[in-house]
Amino acid sequence: MAAMTREETEALIQEVLEVYPEQAKKDRAKHLAVNDQSLEKSNKCITSNRKSQPGVMTIRGCAYAGSKGVVWGPIKDMIHISHGPVGCGQYSRAGRRNYYVGTTGVNTFGTMNFTSDFTEKDIVFGGDKKLAKIMNEIEELFPLNKGISIQSECPIGLIGDDIEAVAKKANKEIGKPVVPVRCEGFRGVSQSLGHHIANDAIRDWVLDGNEGKETGYEVSPYDVAVIGDYNIGGDAWASRTLLEEMGLRVVAQWSGDGTIAEMENTPKVKLNLIHCYRSMNYIARHMEEKYNIPWIEYNFFGPTKIAESLRRIAAHFDETIQAGAEKVIAKYQAEYDAVIAKYKPRLQGKRVMLYVGGLRPRHVIGAYEDLGMEVVGTGYEFGHNDDYDRTIKEMGNATLLYDDVTGYEFEEFVKKVQPDLIGSGIKEKYIFQKMGIPFRQMHSWDYSGPYHGYDGFAIFARDMDMTLNNPCWKQVKVPWKTAESDAVAVAASA
Amino acid sequence: MPSVMLKKNGEGKLVFYVPKKDLEEVAESVEFDSPDKWGGEVVLSDGSKYYFEPMDVPPVFPITLRAKRIDD
Repeated sequence: MAAMTREETEALIQEVLEVYPEQAKKDRAKHLAVNDQSLEKSNKCITSNRKSQPGVMTIRGCAYAGSKGVVWGPIKDMIHISHGPVGCGQYSRAGRRNYYVGTTGVNTFGTMNFTSDFTEKDIVFGGDKKLAKIMNEIEELFPLNKGISIQSECPIGLIGDDIEAVAKKANKEIGKPVVPVRCEGFRGVSQSLGHHIANDAIRDWVLDGNEGKETGYEVSPYDVAVIGDYNIGGDAWASRTLLEEMGLRVVAQWSGDGTIAEMENTPKVKLNLIHCYRSMNYIARHMEEKYNIPWIEYNFFGPTKIAESLRRIAAHFDETIQAGAEKVIAKYQAEYDAVIAKYKPRLQGKRVMLYVGGLRPRHVIGAYEDLGMEVVGTGYEFGHNDDYDRTIKEMGNATLLYDDVTGYEFEEFVKKVQPDLIGSGIKEKYIFQKMGIPFRQMHSWDYSGPYHGYDGFAIFARDMDMTLNNPCWKQVKVPWKTAESDAVAVAASA
Repeated sequence: MPSVMLKKNGEGKLVFYVPKKDLEEVAESVEFDSPDKWGGEVVLSDGSKYYFEPMDVPPVFPITLRAKRIDD
């Protein structure tokens, strides 16, 4: 199918909106837009970060998911208590594939689930005593933990427990950081507020009051912190090697494979590097104001964006780092040229639709373009206006933008646009696979990864090829409806 | 009265950020911007206007200040 014109895309949005009742139609219309590169500001064309309509299938998460699952969860040497009923923690346990180094259950606790397992009794009489007891038990059973965070689930806010008081008391008793996080799931419209609350908790309970603390190492002029990289499938490691090769010293990883000590040391760095802008820009802005640390956004998906980012990062430092950046780009050139030479002919011209969280809907576009593919639709689950501002220029004209897309809308768009590949989450995966459309999970890389950095790009290209040119897609349609196709031949030629 | 985070960007221009509104704009003009007086009316690149209480000494950026929105 050829690229759609602006009129066709607008007509498609109108057609999809047709089924809604009047009020819902009016509301949803604000969240769907046709991209127009001439716009500077997204608020002219799209509304975001608003409450989802009752009755639609939204793909969003909750504030607890944003705090425990995204920001705090990957900090490996702390124990994160899912404070409340058992399910929230258990059903999200270890699902995000934040890799880390350490012995689980001894000095790291990333994939374990700690919960206060609320029952009726705790709701009626309050859970503060139980919480205090749990923390003592944790201290006894896991003495190598470096701190505890209390991740509130919905009931905590509803029954009005004073977790801050319990945290302060426990902090005195065990002498380690105890951080209460008020991230009850009902707060806000999506996980995005959870990120913000988690950032504020780090600001108030980790960074504040630690200014004079000895770092235990000598600061160098090349210290940087990697912020907003959750090490999914090893992403942060693939990013870190590039930064270190160009001569920088990564002293903190927020928060994939990160530790509380690294976080405490971050105010000593020279530059904060932000990968996931949506979930961690708050703390970067705070550090800029309070400690005068500049921050920049970077993008390590695909060689074009990596080179761009490395040069932009290097521009903040002296010539040795700038030369280092060029050296790194040159060093990997043969590697990524080979990747492109191998996969581009197999992927050229394929059309992709994305629907991910708060960063990848714009960040991975460059990587697809490096492989000769085209992104024809993109959208954020929980992005804000400033995310769409940054997206407009990345996307082609007359492509689809959809904010907090509903299950129905997404299916209808896909039926009409007929993309060759969809990148979204697990909840969307099987619907589209059953429709016979190749699908990659772009939240946790479909059990693969890393996708960041030059090493990650090779894996990214392989995975996209493996999915798109898989002969199975020809078997999804009934035999009398399939035309003789070349996909089998393409796969056989690999 | 939103809290506004102000900082200077690479070109030395004032960047205006209101966290609650996800508003990130470059300030086109500042009414008083001299060593002995800073503040007044600030016009953003999208045309909206905000008012800061004038100060005797220009603040050190980045800084969070309270601003008044001017609707016209």
